[in-house]
Amino acid sequence: MLLITCPYCGPRCESEFSNGGEAHIERPKDPASLTDAEWAEFVFLRDNPKGLVLERWNHAQGCRRWFNVARDSVTYEILAVYPMGSPPPALEPRRYV
Amino acid sequence: MSGRMRLPHGGQVDHNKPLNFTFNGKSYRGLTGDSLAAALLANGVHLVGRSFKYHRPRGIVTAGPEEPNALVQVGEDPRSDPNIKATQLELVEGLSAASQNAWPSVEFDVGAINSTAARLIPAGFYYKTFMWPASAWKTYEHFIRRAAGLGTSPSQRDPDRYDKTYAHCDVLVVGAGPAGLAAALAAGRAGARVVLVEQDHLLGGALLSASEELIDGNPALDWVRAAETELRQMPGVRILTRTIAYGAFDHGFFGLMENVTDHLEEAPEHLPRHRLWKLRTKQTVFCSGSIERPLVFADNDRPGVMTASAVQSYVNRYAVKPGKRAVVFTNNDSGYGAALDMVAAGIEVAAVVDARPMATGPLSERAEAAGLRILPDRVIVGTEGRKRVSKVRVADLNAEGDGVVGAVEEIACDLVANSGGWNPTVHLFCQSKGKLRWDETHACFVPDQAMQASQRSAGAANGSFGLASCLGEGAEAGAAAAADTGFDAGAPVAAEAEDRDFLPGRWLWLVPSDKPLGKKAKHFVDQQNDVTAADLKLALREGYISIEHVKRYTTTGMATDQGKLGNVNAIGIVADAFGRPLPEVGVTTFRPPFTPVSFGIFAGRDVDDLLDPIRRTPMHAWHERNGALFEDVGQWRRPWYYPQYGEDMHGAVNREVKAVRESLGVLDASTLGKIDIQGPDAAEFLNRVYTNAWLKLDVGRCRYGLMLGEDGMVMDDGVTTRLGEQHFLMTTTTGNAAPVLAHLEDYLQTEWPDLKVYLTSVTEQFATITLSGPNARRLMAEISDAELSPNALPHMGFTAARVAGVPARIFRISFTGELSYEINVPASFGMAVWQTVMTAGERYGITPYGTESMHVLRAEKGYIIVGQETDGSVNPLDLDMGWIVSKTKDFIGKRSLTREDMLKPDRKQLVGILTKDPEEVLPEGAQLVEQVLKEPPMPMLGHVTSSYHSPNCGRSIAMALVKGGLAKKGETLFAPLEGGKVVPCVVADSPVFFDPDGERMRG
Repeated sequence: MLLITCPYCGPRCESEFSNGGEAHIERPKDPASLTDAEWAEFVFLRDNPKGLVLERWNHAQGCRRWFNVARDSVTYEILAVYPMGSPPPALEPRRYV
Repeated sequence: MSGRMRLPHGGQVDHNKPLNFTFNGKSYRGLTGDSLAAALLANGVHLVGRSFKYHRPRGIVTAGPEEPNALVQVGEDPRSDPNIKATQLELVEGLSAASQNAWPSVEFDVGAINSTAARLIPAGFYYKTFMWPASAWKTYEHFIRRAAGLGTSPSQRDPDRYDKTYAHCDVLVVGAGPAGLAAALAAGRAGARVVLVEQDHLLGGALLSASEELIDGNPALDWVRAAETELRQMPGVRILTRTIAYGAFDHGFFGLMENVTDHLEEAPEHLPRHRLWKLRTKQTVFCSGSIERPLVFADNDRPGVMTASAVQSYVNRYAVKPGKRAVVFTNNDSGYGAALDMVAAGIEVAAVVDARPMATGPLSERAEAAGLRILPDRVIVGTEGRKRVSKVRVADLNAEGDGVVGAVEEIACDLVANSGGWNPTVHLFCQSKGKLRWDETHACFVPDQAMQASQRSAGAANGSFGLASCLGEGAEAGAAAAADTGFDAGAPVAAEAEDRDFLPGRWLWLVPSDKPLGKKAKHFVDQQNDVTAADLKLALREGYISIEHVKRYTTTGMATDQGKLGNVNAIGIVADAFGRPLPEVGVTTFRPPFTPVSFGIFAGRDVDDLLDPIRRTPMHAWHERNGALFEDVGQWRRPWYYPQYGEDMHGAVNREVKAVRESLGVLDASTLGKIDIQGPDAAEFLNRVYTNAWLKLDVGRCRYGLMLGEDGMVMDDGVTTRLGEQHFLMTTTTGNAAPVLAHLEDYLQTEWPDLKVYLTSVTEQFATITLSGPNARRLMAEISDAELSPNALPHMGFTAARVAGVPARIFRISFTGELSYEINVPASFGMAVWQTVMTAGERYGITPYGTESMHVLRAEKGYIIVGQETDGSVNPLDLDMGWIVSKTKDFIGKRSLTREDMLKPDRKQLVGILTKDPEEVLPEGAQLVEQVLKEPPMPMLGHVTSSYHSPNCGRSIAMALVKGGLAKKGETLFAPLEGGKVVPCVVADSPVFFDPDGERMRG
């Protein structure tokens, strides 16, 4: 059960949030110009790294706002919380064997 | 007397407060402070159960949560719990307990025939034998369950109440032994908020079972009492006894189960039986101690064979003699503690069998000085005795430790206290993904790197076994934890004590016998699951390499004790067999719970009506008064149909749907999701989320929209109305209101934050009354001041007016195909307006109809229901709804519609289905085939999604998703039903079975 700091409400239990998957995947500006494979990459394919992940969270049972979280997928440590539309903060990549 | 094996005084029991209890129907007496196991031993009862697979007689092995055998059924139905460990169950007046896994009785057990057939039950027996043929599994399962018999469930619902609560603290200390008390004191003195959790009802941990430990020069328990007193006086410290920290989760989240009333003869009404604590802590100190490892020797499972520390517990803590004449078998110094304590209690110690070449170490030397008979370099090679050990056979160990030499000596005894070393209790540390390190000297896994920086281990749980180390590490860890949360603890003050551990040791994973392994004797590794060393070796011979696979194949460590006694021995045996270092074999994954917890705590009070919120519309009471039956739609309770006297569902629905087509029906549609959408970019936003065009929708007009996911699949549908230039009201299906709002918010906040649009859920702010039928306009004219002419309020038009004197929004939209008005009024006026409608509508025979009739009416019109005609794999083209998909603009999911897979001609497509026999109503979900073969499998084309008898069409109607269905119009398909019946049917030209031109609703 993660403890997530909503940038608008403060630290809250994971059960108040819903996860929106990988962050920084922008919807293509002109979907019609994409090949099937390129479109499928956008709709279906996501990375699943061991280590640093950037993901979207929504404070669904609270303020309903979306924001980004930088998290270590091994330790589950939350490394940063930052608003939608902001670039990810500079973070050391985490390496695990 | 509280048992013939009771010592006259001493221990942590009250000799003046006897308690009565029964075990297997027989009455006994114990003492206040006893565990059930202690009370049984005090009465000379060792035999408490039969083993899982072989039904061998089994006795009490331990005095704690690691107990594999003494699992009992406690209490009487319905207050009856299976799988309770007698070693942890506090004795209470009137307690009744019974053995499990024995039939007809523990003394005479029919299943013991398995014992003589043991050769036939090797590792993986179940996998090998019961796999084929699959059809026979039902037969096998019956016998397996019967033969396995891990207790019985109560036959009625649990009459007790359970509770959940939340707590927060700075420092959580798990375990109240010397290390835990020292940690709690250090953190508490610094001012931190501390929660100290102890599974026992007394604080002190291993000190409760020790004989002569001193702290600061005084008896250790004096120090424990002083520590408890000090802690209880600290306002920021909470001590939870009888509480098990069963699970460690992320970010300092812990699950604790508190046993609140099981130890009370009469439970007060206001208290729950068990309580779940959801604890969030900033820092954690694991002081969970260690568990003694038994030795794996031949026939080590006879009643009377116990761990040495358990013997010490029973003698010192419970004032019980577990036997009269004991043999101690050890490979380290700590076993001698049991020997010395037994001598002091008047138990004869026939011999100390020591696998080590020399009896060295502080306790060994004391035992030697006391004149005990010590047999170094020797091992037990076998035991005898049917329901109780009667003798052990002892021989010389060879230099390699893998065989015995010389003559075998027999020693008579009724108790064997054995010690194979100690394992730190690292479960919670490992559940938190902490990494272990193999401590070669102490031969055990100890905590290495914690995954959560806020976690520390101290004392025996950290592989520091001496009392002084426990006190020192505890104080240090408690102070450091407090400091990390901002409390200055100063330099920790450690209490003084002796610091001996159990070294030196000679580590043996498998004690050799004079007989070949697995022949005529069994070396049990996991007593609860009846796994032997021979089973492990068989698994390796059969090619299993990973310890995780060996575990699952042999089931070692998979019983309710989760391998607390046996796992490290199993790993050692596997490592030796492979000739690999033990740490290379590694440990299996530690998962919650540490010990079993009751289901009740997870339910808490969220049962019956509190399980899930129930949502009722403002008109609910009217529906109830008028005999409606209800249907659950999500959390909503919707009227299903309104049977009149003597009517069944079929009769009621027929009457309701006819009334709508012939005169006037009324539906409570308040549950439809309603989202208020405002802002200068509202139209642009709708244009992006719906498949059709929205920019040019006039104010005061409604439009049906289809919403897709980015994968192109239909997600929701509904009518949205333009209330003003920058103001829309969207309706969603009842069950989808929340997901649709979340979907819209997601795009608005993350993809198009530049759009100025604001979304508000207003579902519960409005009551919705739908009037439908040829007389709808007449009634509306009587109760509202709206301009109702077809020009002023056409089909798909909106107007704001008063209805029954209440400000209302009137939408002329239809889900029945009849002339319809949806009236939205503020929720608080819902009931009043509904009643006015009903009274005024009497002259038209106004008929309330429920969801079932609504479904029939819309199916007559071929209207889909999202979630019934669609299942997340259906796109608009599959529904033959290409007419609503814009070719010119982009929208969510559009690009997916031209993906290769979406264009395949054999996709399942929605079609109307008419049975050849008009009276035959297909069951929903029926499979459709082109050709009926003699027996399955036959290629399935699709399935029926909706099917009803339609009184207005005078026959049955259905819709189905059929592969390539749009090209099959006019073809005959078959629905093979259960029991061999086959229903022939035809793919209809159109799923619109009634008023295909829509004249009625446009009128």
